[in-house]
Amino acid sequence: MLAPPNLSYLNAKTGIRSWLLTTDHKRIALLYFASITFFFAVGGIAATLIRFELITPGPTLGSPDFYNRLFTMHGIIMVWFFLIPSIPATMGNFMIPMMIGARDLAFPRLNLASWYFYIAGGIVTITALLLGGVDTGWTFYEPYSTFYATGYVILTVFGIFLSGFSSILTGLNFIVTTHKLRAPGMTWYRLPVFVWSTYATSLILVLATPVLAMTLIMLLVERVFHVGIFSPQLGGDPLLFQHMFWFYSHPAVYIMILPSMGVISELVPVFARKPLFGYEFVVWCSIAIAGIGFLVWGHHMFVAGQALYASLAFSFLSYLVAVPSAVKVFNWIATMHEGWIHFDAPMLYAFGFIGLFTVGGLTGLFLAALAVDVHVTDTYFVVAHFHYIMVGGAVMGYFGGLHYWWPKITGRLYPDYWARFAAILAFFGFNLTFFPQFILGYLGMPRRYQSYPPEFQVWHVLSSAGASILAVGYALPLFYFSWSILKGKRAPANPWHATGLEWTTPSPPPPANFEETPVVIRPPYQYDREGNPLMQADNG
Amino acid sequence: MASFPWWPQAASGYASEVDFLFGSLLVIAALTSGLVFFLLLFFANKYRHTSNADRSGTTKKTWRWEIGWTTASLLIFVGLAVWGANLYVHLYNPPPDALQIFVVGKQWMWKAEHPGGQREINELHVPVGQDVRLVLASQDVIHSFYVPALRIKQDVVPGRYETMWFQADKVGRYHLFCAEYCGTDHAHMGGWVTVMDARAYGDWLKAQGGEMTLADQGQQLFRRYGCSGCHESGGTVRAPQLEGVFGSPVPLSNGSVVIADDKYIRDSILDPKAQVAAGYAPVMPTFAGQISEDDLAKLVAYIESIGPSGGRAAR
Repeated sequence: MLAPPNLSYLNAKTGIRSWLLTTDHKRIALLYFASITFFFAVGGIAATLIRFELITPGPTLGSPDFYNRLFTMHGIIMVWFFLIPSIPATMGNFMIPMMIGARDLAFPRLNLASWYFYIAGGIVTITALLLGGVDTGWTFYEPYSTFYATGYVILTVFGIFLSGFSSILTGLNFIVTTHKLRAPGMTWYRLPVFVWSTYATSLILVLATPVLAMTLIMLLVERVFHVGIFSPQLGGDPLLFQHMFWFYSHPAVYIMILPSMGVISELVPVFARKPLFGYEFVVWCSIAIAGIGFLVWGHHMFVAGQALYASLAFSFLSYLVAVPSAVKVFNWIATMHEGWIHFDAPMLYAFGFIGLFTVGGLTGLFLAALAVDVHVTDTYFVVAHFHYIMVGGAVMGYFGGLHYWWPKITGRLYPDYWARFAAILAFFGFNLTFFPQFILGYLGMPRRYQSYPPEFQVWHVLSSAGASILAVGYALPLFYFSWSILKGKRAPANPWHATGLEWTTPSPPPPANFEETPVVIRPPYQYDREGNPLMQADNG
Repeated sequence: MASFPWWPQAASGYASEVDFLFGSLLVIAALTSGLVFFLLLFFANKYRHTSNADRSGTTKKTWRWEIGWTTASLLIFVGLAVWGANLYVHLYNPPPDALQIFVVGKQWMWKAEHPGGQREINELHVPVGQDVRLVLASQDVIHSFYVPALRIKQDVVPGRYETMWFQADKVGRYHLFCAEYCGTDHAHMGGWVTVMDARAYGDWLKAQGGEMTLADQGQQLFRRYGCSGCHESGGTVRAPQLEGVFGSPVPLSNGSVVIADDKYIRDSILDPKAQVAAGYAPVMPTFAGQISEDDLAKLVAYIESIGPSGGRAAR
């Protein structure tokens, strides 16, 4: 245990250049981890200030313009610089080659380029925010963004535009890698579900992100050169902007949640020591979600003035896309039936995910019901719903995956007691923060309000109290993970008794991942009757 | 702070119907999440790795379960979609003889103009038990007219008219919000909708005065902007006469036919060359940028008042 560590990707080369010019997917994943953690912290500080502001019905911290810039910053940072890249760029980057038995992604230098695009976009956007920010909301609705918004709209939009290339290149890299670099014997139906999920995510990244890029460019052209596209003052159509924006931004929700679902599909069988129930169904549900997800964007526009028949169709399709999500939840639960369930920290995050995602998904059914949506859209009901999906779902999955793969990535164990405590704290803090917002929303509290009628205050106070607990739940991992890097016990190759290829290599893995290319002999998540793992490939 | 409000007031029959749908959704959500949570905890306990529970019955035919829960979800979801859509369609079918009120949104206020010429800002007074149709316009950015007690909301998109209708059945004062983010004072763009009984409403209308009906104000504008020079008999340029036009079909020069409703009238003032009446030259200049939404509403009310039915707005 105290023996000197083997040659690994971490110590194979040293020096700052060896990191900034690396083409090793594992090191690039760490670059992403560091930068994403930074942006998560920035977005989290904005969220904290928002919850502070809303404790009283009147202005608390600053002017209305301050508040408007605050929630805009929170949205932009969290959506484009945390949630979209979160799991794919970090764990996807690190694990896809390892899970399929490859040395690296198909295009290692493109992978590095995509990180630089992300960082460039991030720096531009953060610069805009430091200069004074922008007050459009993360949705940049027209004609507000062209002629009425104050602040650094052009700079911010350009930053987001840049980061989009990171999405496209990463998606492209994953698609090609999954098609071309699978080890011998790694058939499509032997792929871990995480790989399928990131594959489905990559399809969306590649197909939807260019539409966002076009939309943002049109916005810039209109704001800078006054070419009429979206503004009625110039003969444009504001609804066209909404259609184009949501054509990207709704599938973007699935960019955020599908990788998380993939993580949960890894965790549940591993910690139940049982094959995933209905593997093929879970896999095809991911693809179905990615596909149908492109056909539901109009459900953001039920009161925006789109045609009646468009709304009817979008409502129906929104219900349709909910079916595969429901099927996944049932499959995860069925997996636990007759398992040997272990309650390590990653599994607690998985429990949290399933519970919170169920609530988030079910409240999606409320919003897809046209008449109910008319009342609750643009209220806190929507705010609560998408936080249940994106924080309760996506972020829980992110932390679950992080705790699961941490020993593999760093070669160190973390204190399980504290990790479990953080998971439970985050779960309760989350519910206290966001459940009151459902009630606020049905009461009629509109979103993006700095001031509100006093009768709503009690729920806002509860929500802010919950946010303080949630903040502790999210900050704790920073401490015990830091401790783990410095003082944590060395991790064995397969601490969780998992079956995937990534667990056959030492922790942390050597620079080339595998001594020799593994030959895959069975599907993932196979266990014998005593709950011992049957590895996908016999090592060596 | 003392009380925990948990259900909003309902001020219309429609609001109660939405509540019933919402309540049913709550029951479905509670049952489903209850089942999920129960199974999670039940399995977690029964099959914890230290337990000796029987694990011999490993399910083989998984597809039966898959088809079962897929079909069940699908059926319930389709039912909900139909239910929600059915209520929603109701919002698109305003009764023909509703009281019509023009509402203009601008950063950051709602300005209502009643047919009798009464005006109010961030307030809307309406009679109880009567159908009310709002014609909404925006002077600048997108706003959204939202009355939680009525469970209705409509985005107001600049450059076009939106409409919404309701019938309030409970006297009272209810919140009016702007629900679409519109800039600095978005949170203060709102006020109250006051639902009054018929007598109180009549008194209110009288007390507000309203020197001149909306249609009469429109008639003045019709002259001031020079519309009457062409559009009234004896005009110098051959232009369509507007008496009796409102609400009737108008053949266009491109061969199609439109109904001359408020949207058509408004569009014809701002973009006259887009839909030219058949048999006329496209010579009318545009008034875009020269007439405010307030004045447009008055002009529309005037054209409506000289329509075949005399116009609702003229009462």
